[in-house]
Amino acid sequence: MSDPLESAEHAFLELDGSSGNTQLMWLFGGVLGILVLASAIGVVLKRTAKSDAARATIDNLNARTRAWWKMCAIFALTLLIGRAGSLVLFGLLSLLTLREYITLVPTRRGDHRTLLWSFFIITPLQYYLIGIAWYGFFAIMIPVFAFVFVPTRIAMSGDTEHFLERAAKIQFGLMICAFCLSHAPALLILKIPGFAGRNAQLLLYLVLVDQMSDVLQYVWGKLAGKHKIAPSVSPNKTWEGFLGGVATATLLGAALWWATPFTPLQAAGMSLVIALLGFAGGLVMSAIKRDAGVKDFGAVIEGHGGILDRIDSLCFAAPIFFHLVRYFFTP
Amino acid sequence: MSGGVHPLAGIIAGFARAVSGVQVRWSDGFSDTARQRIYFANHTSHLDFVVLWSALPAEVRRRTRPVAAKDYWESGVKAYLAQNVFRAVLVQRGAAAQAPSEEEARAAGRATIEQLAEALGETDSLILFPEGTRGTGESVAPFRSGLFHLAKRKPDAELVPVYLENLNRILPKGEFLPVPLISVLTFGAPMLVEERESKEAFLERARAAVCGLRRGENAQ
Repeated sequence: MSDPLESAEHAFLELDGSSGNTQLMWLFGGVLGILVLASAIGVVLKRTAKSDAARATIDNLNARTRAWWKMCAIFALTLLIGRAGSLVLFGLLSLLTLREYITLVPTRRGDHRTLLWSFFIITPLQYYLIGIAWYGFFAIMIPVFAFVFVPTRIAMSGDTEHFLERAAKIQFGLMICAFCLSHAPALLILKIPGFAGRNAQLLLYLVLVDQMSDVLQYVWGKLAGKHKIAPSVSPNKTWEGFLGGVATATLLGAALWWATPFTPLQAAGMSLVIALLGFAGGLVMSAIKRDAGVKDFGAVIEGHGGILDRIDSLCFAAPIFFHLVRYFFTP
Repeated sequence: MSGGVHPLAGIIAGFARAVSGVQVRWSDGFSDTARQRIYFANHTSHLDFVVLWSALPAEVRRRTRPVAAKDYWESGVKAYLAQNVFRAVLVQRGAAAQAPSEEEARAAGRATIEQLAEALGETDSLILFPEGTRGTGESVAPFRSGLFHLAKRKPDAELVPVYLENLNRILPKGEFLPVPLISVLTFGAPMLVEERESKEAFLERARAAVCGLRRGENAQ
């Protein structure tokens, strides 16, 4: 089942105008519409901006929009390639976010071999397990096997300084960047009755609602934000942004029920969960950054910071969404 | 002098940038890329010179030669790469220190400086690590005097301090597989040996210039 050729063929067959494919195209069309609209708004705002501060905000906004075009193109392309495409994309995202995370948290010389294992064995293995659809091992490999392995390998290095801290930091990184994130493409292996061949839509739905929730919280925050939620953690998060963003993301998710196995009400519930967890993910990652004394995890994506800054919300939303779907919608 | 660019050069540079995720920070006054320069940096990893070399703009890289230890780069694939791709200047490590008499030590030192001056020629630049050996990354060791003598011998070459951060975490001493973390490379403002500046004063100033490029160093 992990054969990339078969997956590609699978995707190709879907292009023959089945209902699944039509729905996927509608979703893509919607994303394209949002991007065009965002770019147009950016052009208008740039012309009307008066002060230097406003111009700086608009420039950052437009940089973000440009980056969104690229990110959407890459995501759409890998989604069309099929399971192999999504696994390669998310596998790379796991490695790149783990790289940003480990760069930020201090590790010691004695952690070198453990880190080699984390990057080159554990993370790829996690995605391989999704590729062969071995749910039983995929769900416990990092929480159980890596959990035992990481401190053992560090202890073998003989360096006991800050031992517990180092083991915890590496394990946490594997949980967030590899384990949690891998649940997004793992949606592709769920067998949902009456939804066969359309799982790509579920992955797109999760990413769309999650990322739109981020964007909408940002927009609401910029337009109406007054009361800060946790000023010592993230000065940009306000109650107005949070409530407005979560509410509109929930409405958006409910309106897209036709692309999912959910009823409109169920879709609203799922979207609410995605939006709330996305907020939680952003908050936790902000706390880690604040502790490390930096603003962003990196500078890879123009205007956004690092990759982990962009998908921190997805890291929290993906595993819970996956298990809700698995529990309620698969036999 | 520089001849053609080896086809592997671009590939190796790209690979080095990918593995080290290097983020480059330039200082003001660096725009004149045609100038002859001596880049000197802290040394913590075998990756140091490859990453520094790969971070330079392609046309600068073509004219920039690393100074490396002869004993390490003399055999097999390494020798081929050193000679054909990096066009490394291989110097005898500790030649002066191992000399039996003070007289011979001075002669060996002078010979190395002459070798480096010749390698610089009229157009090329050099990368060198004045600590002489790789450190742990926690502190920068005192500089050897070669940098001072070379600067005196070639007064027109700009001296550019460089700070390499995190490479000791990517590939520490004694390891052979790199963990692909993100490194930061900071080019400082070019400096020259001042008139009547003593060797000790200059070497300390050069070392301070490298240390001063550490991120957060100025913030505190």
